[in-house]
Amino acid sequence: MSDAIEIVVNAKVLRVEPGVTVASALLNNDHHVFRRSTTGEVRAPVCGMGICYECRVTINDVAHQRACMVTVEHGMRVDTGSAA
Amino acid sequence: MSKTRQVVVIGGGPAGIAAASAAAESGARVTMIDEGPAPGGQIWRPAVHSHPPLAAQRWIVRLNATQADVLRSTSVVDIERRNDRFVVVAESSGNGREVVADAIVLATGARERFLPFPGWTLPNVVGVGGAQALAKNGVSFRGKRIVIAGSGPLLLPVAAYLARGGAKVLAVAEQAPLANVARFAASLWRRPRTLAQAIGLRSAFARTRFSTGTWVAGARGDSTVKEVTLTDGRSTRTLACDVLCAAFGLVPNTELARLLACDVVGGAVRTDDAQMTTIAAVYCCGEPTGIGGVDLALVEGEIAGFAAAGVGPSEHLAARRAVHRREAASLERAFALRPELLSLAGAETIVCRCEDVRWGAIDQRWSARQAKLYTRLGMGACQGRVCGAALECLLGWPADSVRVPTQPARSRTLIGVSLANHQPNEQGAS
Repeated sequence: MSDAIEIVVNAKVLRVEPGVTVASALLNNDHHVFRRSTTGEVRAPVCGMGICYECRVTINDVAHQRACMVTVEHGMRVDTGSAA
Repeated sequence: MSKTRQVVVIGGGPAGIAAASAAAESGARVTMIDEGPAPGGQIWRPAVHSHPPLAAQRWIVRLNATQADVLRSTSVVDIERRNDRFVVVAESSGNGREVVADAIVLATGARERFLPFPGWTLPNVVGVGGAQALAKNGVSFRGKRIVIAGSGPLLLPVAAYLARGGAKVLAVAEQAPLANVARFAASLWRRPRTLAQAIGLRSAFARTRFSTGTWVAGARGDSTVKEVTLTDGRSTRTLACDVLCAAFGLVPNTELARLLACDVVGGAVRTDDAQMTTIAAVYCCGEPTGIGGVDLALVEGEIAGFAAAGVGPSEHLAARRAVHRREAASLERAFALRPELLSLAGAETIVCRCEDVRWGAIDQRWSARQAKLYTRLGMGACQGRVCGAALECLLGWPADSVRVPTQPARSRTLIGVSLANHQPNEQGAS
């Protein structure tokens, strides 16, 4: 991945392939905790097309963004695992 | 009235592309609003760093040759009436905007039907089309052991797609009985191109076990799914896997149609010969009018686009629409859901994933509205898009009323439109 870009996931720098979605960047790095459900279950992408809202994360301080609908950008900050 | 008609097409899949092209070619000013990063919808979604499929390119070229304005990565959160026109409120990356329309074409597509079963909320339990969408957007399934269990013509293409991407597809389980699938397969001789595609797909994962009359009984795991149990009603088998794809056909996206008070019958938006809904100047085409596939969506989209621009009907298009509708009906019969699928959830199985409402917490005598009030079922971020479609099957609950915003939106987007509505009427009250 010589053309990899960097995003910051939960304050940790992650080198990811450009052009992919945030969901892809996380899953390809074995990151499966996207959000916590109201009773504390770990949730991750299901529908892949913006319907189910299970993949929502905080992107650049904007909460409830669907990771499957947003393309990674260099320097993007992603925070996961919050109750939502 | 020489003013150019303003047409807003909502959805950028095949139906939306056809509608926007037809309306723009007929002289209307067209704005297409699409949630995707580029037109194509789900079926024509290109993989990262590649181009849309060949079939799509001809249509995208046609769309690009028009003056239609395409708003990408933009979600519609509300449609308001202002005098004789519509105001479509949309949001992109948290920024709101409004588009005024004389006519609206709803081309909102379909989503997958998910049914609750023990373990379905585990990470790496995904949809069937969902897995393909994730893969096209960059998820690597290389080396992953995948089980596909669900229903419909999507199972085999997705199995082939994932296998070509290096996944180990262990099993494909179709819930419909062999007789139905065989009857459907036999009907394909009338469509040689589709038959050739089906044979080609099967050879891509020739060693994978394809079972009919087989469905998922449950999944287990810890941080992610680890194993899945399949059953044919008599015996079960358990497979260790990394990913489970489980979805049961498609459900029309009718939220915006219901918001506009269009008649929805049996889950599908009712339209006339010109694809107009029961609400004047609101047209609908493609999957929201009933699951029919890409060919039907294109024809309906063209008809809707011409009509929305004020151009009369074409007999040629109407005839093609009739053929594709017959094909869609045979597909629906072949992949009808078996009753066993409706009793997979145990008392502890979560039904509403947004609010963590368990099956045991729902009184089957309730109405959908009562369930909402008592348990918050369907009131989370997806607004019942997942559990609503499931409970329509499980309990026969019809879709509940739609409220704005139709998708989570920022308050300033909504405030923008409400302020505009309270401004003095610039065109004079009628």
